[in-house]
Amino acid sequence: MFVAATLALLVTMAMALTRAFLGPTVYDRIVAVNMFGTKALLLIAVLGFLTERPEFLDIALVYALINFVGVIAIMKFFRYSHLGMPHAKDDLGDL
Amino acid sequence: MAADIVSWIFILLGCFFLVVGGIGVLRLPDVYTRMHAAGITDTMATGLLVVGMAFQAGFTLVTVKLLLIVLFTFFASPTASHALAQAALSAGIKPQLADDRRPGAKGGAPSEGEDR
Amino acid sequence: MVRSLLLALVLFGLWLLLSGHYTPLIIGFGILSSLLVAFICHRMDVADHEGFPIHLSSRALTYWPWLAWEIVKANIDVTRIILSPKLPISPTLFQVPSTQETELGHVVYANSITLTPGTVTVDIVDGMLEVHALTRGAADELENGRMDRKATAMEGLGGASKAGGTA
Repeated sequence: MFVAATLALLVTMAMALTRAFLGPTVYDRIVAVNMFGTKALLLIAVLGFLTERPEFLDIALVYALINFVGVIAIMKFFRYSHLGMPHAKDDLGDL
Repeated sequence: MAADIVSWIFILLGCFFLVVGGIGVLRLPDVYTRMHAAGITDTMATGLLVVGMAFQAGFTLVTVKLLLIVLFTFFASPTASHALAQAALSAGIKPQLADDRRPGAKGGAPSEGEDR
Repeated sequence: MVRSLLLALVLFGLWLLLSGHYTPLIIGFGILSSLLVAFICHRMDVADHEGFPIHLSSRALTYWPWLAWEIVKANIDVTRIILSPKLPISPTLFQVPSTQETELGHVVYANSITLTPGTVTVDIVDGMLEVHALTRGAADELENGRMDRKATAMEGLGGASKAGGTA
């Protein structure tokens, strides 16, 4: 059963990665990366159960916090630095 | 044994919602709608999987940690989505709208976003 | 001050739950570090009714189950939309009033909206929340204001103080 959960998580992570590659805007990619991070956190927890080592949950707990801070940091970087400055005539922002 | 069956049901349902969220992120047409699909995996799938795992663990410290994970996710995920949506809108990415009910909008002019 | 000590107590409880080792040395470290964090929060002046809203916890116990049920219903709706071959979405941007009186109340309401799949709060302008909804149905559901009333009740001021809510 945990094998099934692991497979579903990996499939979803692959889908999120596909979206992160396809884009088209940087915000699509951040949505995908945020989702990927949440799924990675779940994968750590499920793997902990699969290998019967519940200590993995501590790592998952820390990952939950770091993932959130990381997404906010990436977004601020893309919003306020020159890399993420949208062009006035471009609807999609920075590609 | 009964707890085993219940946890199977929760985890398999969680897997279903995970894959649905993944499909949604691939299928939906723009950033704002994709955010809703990502929301499914963040709330429903996380919740169901963690409840399933909690049934496996029983009443131990492991359950407490699992519930803390859900708590953190449920506080952090809407904050991140909101910040993303606001950043995308202020960066000038236009949502595909079927209906714009904001005051000052041109009153629900159907755009290309309808029935895609 | 009382609130800071309460914060230390809650932090220590969290430490006990997370560590799982109950020897005097480890528990001593726990007491020291939770007191240190509470002291720093006290000096930074963040352990107030916004940074540490423990007064909401009793009402949260009735609000969260209701919110969880709303989330389940919204999830099933969005799942049906994603899986249907025609993808019947009708994205809508609209504004709803947020009648909570404190900023914390606004945050609770806005985050509840975002947590429910199908609706994302985009912006707050003068006590009005700008919301992006996946379908017109989800927008109508939010515009009838049931979640707004629940969030106001959870804030628990009961309209007693008539502070002009816009922050």
